[in-house]
Formats: sequence, structure tokens, C-alpha cells
Amino acid sequence: MAKPYYEFFCPVKVIAGNAALEHIPFELATLGAKRAMIITDKGVRSNNLLEPILAAFEGTDSVVAVIFDDVPPDSSLQTVRTAAALYRSNNCDALIAVGGGSVIDTSKGVNILVSEGGDDLVKYSGAHNLPRALKPFFVIPTTAGTGSEVTAVAVISDTEKHVKLPFASYFLMPHAAILDPRMTLTLPPHITAMTAMDAMTHAVESYTCLASNPISDAYAFAAIKKVSQNLLKVLDNPTDTDARLELAQASTMAGIAFSNAMVGLVHSLGHATGAVTHLPHGLCMNLFMPYVLEYNQSVNGDKLAELLLPLAGAEVYASTPANQRATKAIAFIRDLRDVLFERTKLPRTLKETGKVTEAQLDEIANKALDDGSIIFNPREASRADLKDILQKAWA
Amino acid sequence: MKPTKTLLPAAQHAYVSLMMDIIGRGLTSASQIDPEVHNETQGFPTGFVIRMTVFPNGPSFTAQSQQNGSLKLLKHFEQKPDLTVMFKHMSHAFLVFSFQEGTARAFAHDRIVADGDVSHAIRLVRCLNKMESLILPKLIAQRAVKQYPQDLDLKKKISLASRIYLKVAQTYINRS
Repeated sequence: MAKPYYEFFCPVKVIAGNAALEHIPFELATLGAKRAMIITDKGVRSNNLLEPILAAFEGTDSVVAVIFDDVPPDSSLQTVRTAAALYRSNNCDALIAVGGGSVIDTSKGVNILVSEGGDDLVKYSGAHNLPRALKPFFVIPTTAGTGSEVTAVAVISDTEKHVKLPFASYFLMPHAAILDPRMTLTLPPHITAMTAMDAMTHAVESYTCLASNPISDAYAFAAIKKVSQNLLKVLDNPTDTDARLELAQASTMAGIAFSNAMVGLVHSLGHATGAVTHLPHGLCMNLFMPYVLEYNQSVNGDKLAELLLPLAGAEVYASTPANQRATKAIAFIRDLRDVLFERTKLPRTLKETGKVTEAQLDEIANKALDDGSIIFNPREASRADLKDILQKAWA
Repeated sequence: MKPTKTLLPAAQHAYVSLMMDIIGRGLTSASQIDPEVHNETQGFPTGFVIRMTVFPNGPSFTAQSQQNGSLKLLKHFEQKPDLTVMFKHMSHAFLVFSFQEGTARAFAHDRIVADGDVSHAIRLVRCLNKMESLILPKLIAQRAVKQYPQDLDLKKKISLASRIYLKVAQTYINRS
């Protein structure tokens, strides 16, 4: 049956591959910008990841006018205000985010303030509260997982009121995402595995949840194949630039998929677990994926079955009877998690994290029930259902 | 999908207006009668204002959470509500209110925009789902919600639905 209705939107230019960073000055010029501000964090800077970016500006008309490297793991209103003040005092005309989710979200917030003026970011929170296009904004991801370089949302903490403010507007989307294998070459195995499983979950959930559509499905399907085929290659040989680039592309493609098709219960539980226990997002995705897929299988087993092909390859798919493909797809993900645990110690259960207690499961279930992504899950989940999944994921 | 083409916009408007009114009254009544809906509405902060409407100036209802945890309809509220759930077009509201498209699917199909804390929007959807499961015949309710509540037997449904219908009827009588 054809999808009765859907929307798909991705205006982000993807600049990917060998010497991609060297395209930045030209791309800035096409948008009329010459004085870029780089927003990043201390980790990125200490790993010398800015060096090839700065080198790309040498001998061009464009300059990196200033670098702000003080983004914390959770972006905050205060950080955004400080960075916006630095942008203004240096007469910048473009933003380049270099980092993971927090850096990218901070940069989106900064772009709101430097484009709209003032220091009151809160009045732009919520859905579609930006009136016009923002300043030129490029993103260079340094992890291959979040997909934030192609999304229209940002979450920024109000640390005084202890709330997380969501921002959603098409104007938040970057003008370009630059995927250069040099940016992820130094990612340690544990982080590589965790972020790749984040991308995998984005793709799997966008393919199997309620808002999936033919175009997002194409991105999700291809992203799953890239993660399946390249994650272990990168763990075998971390300097394999081709495989690193494939993972970076998978992450962006999964980001395009989920920003149009949304995600489901793995994310509801993951967001809640992150809020209660402060476990990293990618780790939470890895924890819950098989248990949620099993929970949903009675409702969306047909779509899950299709994913055996990008997950396990043509031979396994062809040799598996149609009615066993969904179960086999879940088994493949379980096996992959076992390998990742063996090679990187990426936990498979809540207990293995060593940072969660059974007493916290009720609070996690309560928070997950109110998470925005739960509405896109194909199967309704009550508090008791969530508790049941959490118990299965416990040990 | 045919009904949206065959019904005149005026008829759609009239139907959506009527349903919006009934749903507003049904929701506030359910929050006073059904323990499960009450438990959900109790999760809204006291004084929290919710509006369901149709873009740009279509039919709407506005409700406010009370100190006792239930919801009360507001007649005139000019400020920005804490949570606005807005259908993008009258036709989209018609699809949902004529039970051709469930609430979750309407969100998934981008028919609805929620402006406010998303967790409160999710809570509101749970309230609407439970209210619809209670007051609609099972065959119709199954089209409106992802999963009809397994623990809702006919006896319980009739008992709660009749009380909600009575309460809704009272709101009309009191108004006249």
C-alpha cells in the first residue's frame, strides 16, 4: 500500500570525501561570507582536529576570525550567549560547528542570537518560532552518530531553571555538512562503536516507525548497510579512511532519515535513561534496540524483515524463509552487540553499564512514557510495557 | 480519502466545529470521571492551559488544569496557551475527527503541530486516546487509537461512558 501522506525536506548541502574541508572557503564565498567563527569543544581542539580546517583557509580570502572552544557536554543558554558575544565582537559573518551533538546544538542556538539579535534565546524555543533565514552555518561532525548536521532541531539547557529547551525550525538547518574522514580518524574504538550504533538506531527506527516514508526509507536502508559493512572494518583498522567515511556518511544519511521519519521507543527509553542516569545517548540506543524491536515485531515485523538484507547481506537474506527474517534481523543486531562488547566493552544491558540501579527503572519508565518520540512508535506502550522492556534490558 | 473531496468545506467546518466542541467537553468531563484520565491530567501543572485548534483561526477549545487535577473549559482566553495542538488545515482535523486517521498517525503524517512542552503534548494525546476509547463504539475507537485498551470490558466502558455523556449533556444544558 502506498504511503497515504508524507513530507520530506533536507536542504543541507552534503560535502563529503577526500579533501572535503578544503571546499569550505569557496562554499563560504558563495554565501557571501568571509569571517567565520569556529565553535567547538576542548576535546576536539586538543586532538588537533582544527588544524586541517585552519590549513584549508590558508591562501584564501576567507579567515577564521575567532575560535570558541568552551562548549560543555550539555549545551546551555549561558554558553550560547557567551559564544554569540564573541561572534559579534569579532565581526563574524558565518558559523562553523566542529564537534558532536552538543557543539552542533550550541551553534544552532548561537546562530539564532547572532541572526535575530539580542540575548533572549528562550523566546525562540518551541516549534517554528524563527521568522527568517539565519547566518551562513556549516557543520563538520567529529563523531559519526548524532546526525545533527542535517536536523532542524536543537536542545539547549536552561541550567538555572533546570529545564531543557527544545528548538525546532527549518531555519536551524545548516547550509552545509562537511564529511571529511580526517575528522573521525582518531575516534577511539568505544566511541566509534557507540556512535555507529546511534546511527544504526536512527536508521532502523526511522524505517520501522509510523512516520517512515519512501524517501526516508531509502536513506535509512542505505545507512544500515553502510554501518553493517563498515563498523567492524573500522574497529579492525581505525585508520581505514574509506570505512571511516562510509560511517560518517551513514550517520548523515540516518540523520536525514530520522529528521523526516522520526524515531520510536528505543529513543523514548534512551532519552529517559540518559536523563535519569546520564549514560551517553549512543550507549542507550545500543542497550534497548533489540528489546524494543522484539516488542514491536508483532506490529511491524514485515518492515523489520526487510532490514535483514542491509544488515546481513544478500546471501543470508535469500537463504532465510520470509517468515523468519524479522527474527533473524533482531538476532543479527544482538550478535553485533556481542561482538562490540567483546571488542570495545560497549555494554549490552543496563546492568553491564554499572551505572544504573534497578530502583531507577520506574523513573525511567515514567519519563519514557512522556517522551515525544513514543507517539511515532508503531505499537502502543503503557507504563507496564515499558517496565517490562526495561526488565529485559536489565540483565 | 474520498470524503474530503466530496464534502463541501462548509460542511467540514461545521462537522469539525461540532466535534471540537464535543471533544473539549468530553475531555474535561473524562478528567473528572475516569480515574485513568484524571491521573493523566493531574500530571499537568495547576493552571496549565491547553488549546486544540485548526490553523489559522479555525474551531478550537481551551482547557485549564485545576488544583484538583481535572480540566476545565475556558470560554475566553486571549493569552498564549502553555500548549497548543494545531491541525494544519480543516481537512486534516476532519480526517482525525471522522476517525479516518488516528491521532498518532496524524502526528506521523505532519498534520498537527504541537507548540509547547512535547511531554505535555504526549500526555494530552494519552488523555484523548483514553477518552475516545471510552466514549466511542469499539469499532470506531479502534480506528482512532493505536491500541484499544485490553482491560476495558463492555461493562466498565458503558458505566464510564454513560457518566461522561451525562456530564457532557449537563454542560450543554447549563450553557443554555
